[in-house]
Amino acid sequence: MGRYVARRLLQMIPVFFGATLLIFLMVNVMGDPIAGLCGERACDTATAAQLRRQFGLDQPLWQQYTTYMGNVFTGDFGSAFNGQPVTQLMASAFPVTIRLTVVAILFEIVIGIALGVVSGLRRGRPVDTSVLVLTLVVISVPTFVTGLLLQLLLGVQWAWIKPSVSPEASFGELIVPGLVLASVSLAYVTRLTRTSLAENQRSDYLRTAVAKGLPRRRIVVRHLLRNSLIPVVTFIGTDIGALMGGAIVTERIFNIHGVGYQLYQGILRQNTQTVVGFVTVLVLVFLVANLLVDLLYAVLDPRIRYA
Amino acid sequence: MRGVARTRWVAGAAVVLLALAACGGGASGSSGGRVLSSSWGDPQNPLEPSNTNEVQGGKVLDMIFRGLKRYDPKTGKAENMLAERIDTTDSRHFTITVKNGWKFSNGEPVTARSFVDAWNYGASLRNNQKNAYFFGYIQGYDKVHPETGTQTADTLSGLKVTGPRTFTVTLGQKFSTFPDTLGYAAFAPLPRTFFTHHSAWLDKPVGNGPYTIESYTKGSQMTLRRWAGYPGPDKARNDGVTLVVYTDNNTAYTDVLAGNLDLVDDIPASQLKNVRTDLGGRYINTPAGILQTLAFPFYDPKWNTSGAKKVRTGLSMAINREQITRTIFRGTRTPATDWTSPVLGTDGGYKPGLCGRACAYDPAAARKLVQEGGGIPGGRLSITYNADTGSHKQWVDAVCNSINNALGNDRVCVGNPVGTFADFRNQIGRHKMTGPFRAGWQMDYPLIQNFLQPLYYTGASSNDGKWSNRQFDHLVDRANAESDKNRAIRLFQQAEGVVRDNMAAIPLWYQNGSAGYTDRLHDVALNPFSVPVYDEIRVG
Repeated sequence: MGRYVARRLLQMIPVFFGATLLIFLMVNVMGDPIAGLCGERACDTATAAQLRRQFGLDQPLWQQYTTYMGNVFTGDFGSAFNGQPVTQLMASAFPVTIRLTVVAILFEIVIGIALGVVSGLRRGRPVDTSVLVLTLVVISVPTFVTGLLLQLLLGVQWAWIKPSVSPEASFGELIVPGLVLASVSLAYVTRLTRTSLAENQRSDYLRTAVAKGLPRRRIVVRHLLRNSLIPVVTFIGTDIGALMGGAIVTERIFNIHGVGYQLYQGILRQNTQTVVGFVTVLVLVFLVANLLVDLLYAVLDPRIRYA
Repeated sequence: MRGVARTRWVAGAAVVLLALAACGGGASGSSGGRVLSSSWGDPQNPLEPSNTNEVQGGKVLDMIFRGLKRYDPKTGKAENMLAERIDTTDSRHFTITVKNGWKFSNGEPVTARSFVDAWNYGASLRNNQKNAYFFGYIQGYDKVHPETGTQTADTLSGLKVTGPRTFTVTLGQKFSTFPDTLGYAAFAPLPRTFFTHHSAWLDKPVGNGPYTIESYTKGSQMTLRRWAGYPGPDKARNDGVTLVVYTDNNTAYTDVLAGNLDLVDDIPASQLKNVRTDLGGRYINTPAGILQTLAFPFYDPKWNTSGAKKVRTGLSMAINREQITRTIFRGTRTPATDWTSPVLGTDGGYKPGLCGRACAYDPAAARKLVQEGGGIPGGRLSITYNADTGSHKQWVDAVCNSINNALGNDRVCVGNPVGTFADFRNQIGRHKMTGPFRAGWQMDYPLIQNFLQPLYYTGASSNDGKWSNRQFDHLVDRANAESDKNRAIRLFQQAEGVVRDNMAAIPLWYQNGSAGYTDRLHDVALNPFSVPVYDEIRVG
């Protein structure tokens, strides 16, 4: 187990360097960002040259990358064009997005799995059919439509919530945005749980458990659910990273100042340091989440061993 | 029926959560006293007066600073604010007297030195100020801000403090309307703490305007409070303003509908068709000093021929401005008939109809002119624009349609989108354009000079197409040296005639500023810079 974790952690190193290098190159391909700083006019040459020097843009690309990576290891992620250090942007953005992700994941787990279990245990009944239809609708409607619709209905028409999230972004305010963000994944979790449950209901060990005369509750929770949740856990685990990075649309609709907002701003202004910094952290989150998922397998299924 | 019971429970939980959501939050803007909340965008550059060149940062500076002059929010006329007198005999040497009794909100008096230090800071190359060129008229600018190499002086030799409240300005050349440019934010005075505690100042700027900054969370919110000790005549009529950063002004608009935000400036184009039913009379749409044009790459020899001149005029006549402004912009743009803006007023140099037939839609004449000029250089016209902001795609496509219809060929004109504004500016700066490109000009100060010189004078800062015409330059020089205002304006209009005769840029439309607000607010107006006049707004 320990060696397995160590090996996985070591594998992260090349992934980390590869990802940062790729993003660094991609942002640089977009061209010189200084030209966008002076509005609808050319920056005067002297100031532009000095700004380029200040942001290290006058150096060859490989040197920019090595300087940047060197700084990253000392905890300096550079600064945005308005002079704010990127670490400061991260400190304000990540807590918000993490809260949003937590809300979304909770929705996926609670509602997604519950609906999946209900319909999986009652295959073919009206409950099952309506859940299937409902999830199909949710999957086929794009997030921005659900988001704008909920915002308009709940925020403007019925005035149950505020249409946008305040800069503090407390958990209470993030419930609707979290639901919107989770909606598609939630539908997948429901369907995944349902299928997995249906499959395992026909398995030998379950028949044995029923034959032993175990109470139904114990059969469902201990035997059926535990084994059926493996694919669901994989899905939710990988979804953590996707939710954090993919919240751009939801964050824009509800005006949440999280990671998606900072990334969007960074891309528009072509600020390499913001974009690379944020994406690097997202890559790390993704890798760690994947590792945790793999370790969770062993907990859920004792047959899986890591050496 | 356990399943059904459970789904019911889930639905119940969702309702409880929603109710919780409704109770949560509540901290934002609209509550508390006569304070209003207003939409904002994250300023791109640090909030220094000589470093702020876009509207969002300008909004804040307009609240916390007052300069020597201020542009009347209604007429746009430059009027003395902190200036008691600005005297000159030769349009080159100016003596400026600052009014007595003005203070910064930290108690420091505003003196001649507050101005001179601020201007020297703004001009100095070492401070990386993006508005530095505003000080370019002042003598000694080439020493503190050389085009190449290091600066050889720290201060402008043309600025001298002659008393606690007087200083003199010497310009490098005659510039009669120089005093009227002093209302621009870059010329604001700065307190000592700006220089001594610079980073603390940037975290919470201190100025001399009707508002003070109470707190500033970069990238998300700024709360401004009325400054009770403000000595000026334009005291704030509300208790404060909370500026909330929105990534998408559609959300800000929705927030205004729900009463979660009091004021949204810049209504998104997609909402323009509903805005009157949504907000009724609480929608304003007033002219702003913004002109949209199509510029041409004169560095490309194909566009710099006498035939191409006819082609450009032909293209201008092929654009149905009336129809595009009505259907796409729903009246928030007005077809342009000159190269300035209605906000200047006719006595400020705006001359409707100066463009004449060349700006009137006439497909037959357009086709004839393009043919006479030898056709479109290269056979194809691609209009380059940035696709990330504004609704540029819609109108560029419409302009192309109009041109294609007029010329009777579906494939003459296409839009050429560029992903980001930065990349767009970059391509322009590197002179890589092969056809016309979008050019928007938002005035810095309401003077006809500002609509002509920076855009068409040889080598000027925003002359992106590198147009050069000796006759135009000569007329502008003469106008700047002319001390009589009316004669100067007539000379500028003659220069504008040169722009027309060569069709140096195709004027498209004058842009309006738009805003919507909730019924809590009264006396909401936009100034000619399309910024809300916050100090006049009454709440409640």
